[in-house]
Amino acid sequence: MAAVDPQAESVVAGTVVAPGAEAALRRRSETFHFAFRNKKLVVGLGLLMFLLLVALVGPMLTDREPFEFYDALGQPPSSEHWLGTTAPGQDVYTQFVHGLRASFIVGAIAGCVAAAIAMAVGFAAGYFGGFVDDVLGILTNVVLVIPTIAVLIVVAAYLTVGSLVSEAVLIGVTSWPWAARAIRAQTFSLATREFVSLARLSGQGTWRIILREIAPNMSSYLFLAFILLFGGSILIAATLDFLGLGPSNVMSLGLMLNVAVSNSALQLEMWWWFLAPGIGITAIVAALYVMNVGLDEVFNPKLRKT
Amino acid sequence: MLKLDQVTKVYKVGTFGGKQLTAVRDLTFELSPGEVVSLIGESGSGKTTVGKMILRLTPVTAGTITFDGNDVSRLERGRLKAYYGEVQGVFQDPFSSYNPIFKVDRIFTMLRGAYFRGLGRAEWERKLEASLHAVGLEPSACLQKFPHQLSGGQLQRLLIARALLLDIKYLVADEIISMLDASTRIDVLNLLGELKARGLGVLFITHDLSLGHYISDRTMILRKGTVVELGPTASVFGNPQHSYTKLLLDSVPQLHTRWSGHGSGRSDDADEHPSPTLVEVEPGHFVAT
Amino acid sequence: MTVAVDGLRVYYRTLRGDVQAVDGVTFSIGDGEIMGLAGESGCGKSTLGKSLIRMDGRMRHVDGSVSLDDRPLPIDDTRAMNKHRFKDVSLVPQYAMSALTPTRKVGKIIEELLESRGVRFAAVRPELERRLTLVGLSKDVLGLYPIELSGGMKQRTVMVLSTLLNPALLIADEITSALDVSTQKAVAETLVEFRDRGYVKSMMVITHDLAILYQVADTILVMYAGKLAEKAPAEVVIRSPLHPYTQLLISSLPEVGVTYDEKRLTGIPGRPPPLLDPPTGCRFRDRCPFAFDKCAEEPPFLEVEPDHHVACWKVF
Repeated sequence: MAAVDPQAESVVAGTVVAPGAEAALRRRSETFHFAFRNKKLVVGLGLLMFLLLVALVGPMLTDREPFEFYDALGQPPSSEHWLGTTAPGQDVYTQFVHGLRASFIVGAIAGCVAAAIAMAVGFAAGYFGGFVDDVLGILTNVVLVIPTIAVLIVVAAYLTVGSLVSEAVLIGVTSWPWAARAIRAQTFSLATREFVSLARLSGQGTWRIILREIAPNMSSYLFLAFILLFGGSILIAATLDFLGLGPSNVMSLGLMLNVAVSNSALQLEMWWWFLAPGIGITAIVAALYVMNVGLDEVFNPKLRKT
Repeated sequence: MLKLDQVTKVYKVGTFGGKQLTAVRDLTFELSPGEVVSLIGESGSGKTTVGKMILRLTPVTAGTITFDGNDVSRLERGRLKAYYGEVQGVFQDPFSSYNPIFKVDRIFTMLRGAYFRGLGRAEWERKLEASLHAVGLEPSACLQKFPHQLSGGQLQRLLIARALLLDIKYLVADEIISMLDASTRIDVLNLLGELKARGLGVLFITHDLSLGHYISDRTMILRKGTVVELGPTASVFGNPQHSYTKLLLDSVPQLHTRWSGHGSGRSDDADEHPSPTLVEVEPGHFVAT
Repeated sequence: MTVAVDGLRVYYRTLRGDVQAVDGVTFSIGDGEIMGLAGESGCGKSTLGKSLIRMDGRMRHVDGSVSLDDRPLPIDDTRAMNKHRFKDVSLVPQYAMSALTPTRKVGKIIEELLESRGVRFAAVRPELERRLTLVGLSKDVLGLYPIELSGGMKQRTVMVLSTLLNPALLIADEITSALDVSTQKAVAETLVEFRDRGYVKSMMVITHDLAILYQVADTILVMYAGKLAEKAPAEVVIRSPLHPYTQLLISSLPEVGVTYDEKRLTGIPGRPPPLLDPPTGCRFRDRCPFAFDKCAEEPPFLEVEPDHHVACWKVF
């Protein structure tokens, strides 16, 4: 991810120009100007909003339950069952919209948990440097290197991952390292700016400086990091669910795929069964990543094509 | 009186601090109210480090810095805050000194919560206006602007106004005009002169000898972390004793004379660790041997 | 050999319109002349320098011509300028220290540059080593990485590199600004030495530091807000300037050697006009203590004394 603090090169007469000296005000209106013209952002955001709508409203459009069995077994999409039914007779559409909802929930919770840890670690390492940085660096590297899936398999073997929330927390707790690194780097460069020294000379406390001086200056960066954590968590959750390590009492897209594959849906040409969850997962994550690239271009003048 | 006594700063570099880098070595001098002392040095001389140590932005490795008899490095919390009410700093890059996403009045409002809590609104505004007038600025013209909308000179003056708001005794001015245009530099420099007349003590850190000569009462030449010459400006410039001082004075481009011949312009380390013992050659004029 | 610039206009494209950085500039540099181009930030001096070698893609050449020895230079065409760069016109850029690729040894950088100009490194090597020694560097520098050199050493290496093919015109853009006082003198004197030895025919030294120009330049050209204000031999510009801007600027510099207690120096109030939408008439009008109604019309850049050009109605 490219560094976001824009080093805009302005040719301004009369003053000695320094990088980063752009107004929040001008930047904001410029940002909106570029935001609405950026195809990637518009497409990504549009798709995401659409999927969110489906996840919120979808379940209300039917009074079926995802785990219930109905009379039609392995039927392709029809006016009765909009996305068809699974081999044992569950309604694919109901499963799909509930699964989509579950994905958003997991993404949001895991994203928040990971973002919180990443910020705590990243800010501290970047601001304090020295010994604190070294220790947090070791911690980050260890968590980074641990094979998450392996750990989660072991954990799942001992604890039943009973709910969506516990799955989300587990994912959040293991997926923060890269974001912590990125936040650390950005904090590092901001902490050397003189306005931080000036804040210290005004008697401001350390964490107050970090949260009120430094963080707002990298707000776009933090936002982008959160989006990536959100998307990444959904992917990891889908993987876990597919492997059967996710909560078995909550319908998720990965679980749908798990059941579909173990029932040989591919060979039996029950395309509606695996295509729905597959497209669902791909769509959410793709929407998020495309939006992210678009936002990066909007926030960082150097990446713009104009 | 701001006193530095055998102050040393050693940085640990490398992973887990393997190697050592001595930035400042056994520095001793005093700053009194109502005088401007120039701290002149080239890059790597440690001059910025000295400023940072005085401002408690970086810890002292050895030696003491005392303010009116109290050891500065021992101050915590409330006492440190009180110290900052007496000693403040202004730095080189005006645009880096302001948080770009806030308006410039923030540098003042940050102080209000910490130092002027009991003050009523009208009185605060009056104080603010007085400080801004003292640096030649009109509150209505600048306080509600963003940093990029003002010039470097105005931003530096606002920072000085901020320091004045606290009614400080000493100001550490670290290269405050190097990034300003030639036509505005002199205004900020003259401002320092006016403030000196009102009793402010200024440590004027710079690499530019002409500026130091213009404004300061005493001059200290710093080389690789140690003082090589210290004394009244007229003495140091008029009767330089140390070879390094002479080298610097020879190399300065001036507008009233031309460079004298091809001197050995290359100052590459004759002396890696010059001895810090100072000898008084004239009253108040010290030279390292 | 002369460089003649005629009516040059170079603008920068921006979202908000054209920034008229260099707005109608005419002057010439004689054979063997070191011309100093002085002005404060934003006056267009850097743009003027870079436009003569066309190294910046954001620039748009709008009008005017440049000729070297009566042969026009294709300064509006980046590709056509390729064969002139380094051979006829060369540049020592601002921040030359960063001009050396950190991941290659200095010798390799030079070799690659020369090969790209169609010059065999081996053929030029003895001369290269001779020049490195001349500026006080050992030829072992070729085997070092840029990070192992000090700022002054890097600056001198880049100067040798830029002048290796004996260009007719060398443009030095703020080459002393980031250096310590003691190295500044060495670098500035090296410039003069290059000219004296004939490695370079003429030079344009761009800087905001008038004092350095007084030491090394033959002529000084003062720029303000995209236009030329004054041009005269260095001694004349410093001792008896005619343009109000030059006069005020010089009297604001502590380099004259006075102290605060002896004589209070004064600055110039106000700021230069924005070049995005510059005012009509003389651009210094708003800050000029001598402005009168004729100043609403733009003054031409005329020769009022032999070799002394000024653009000011008060002087005419």
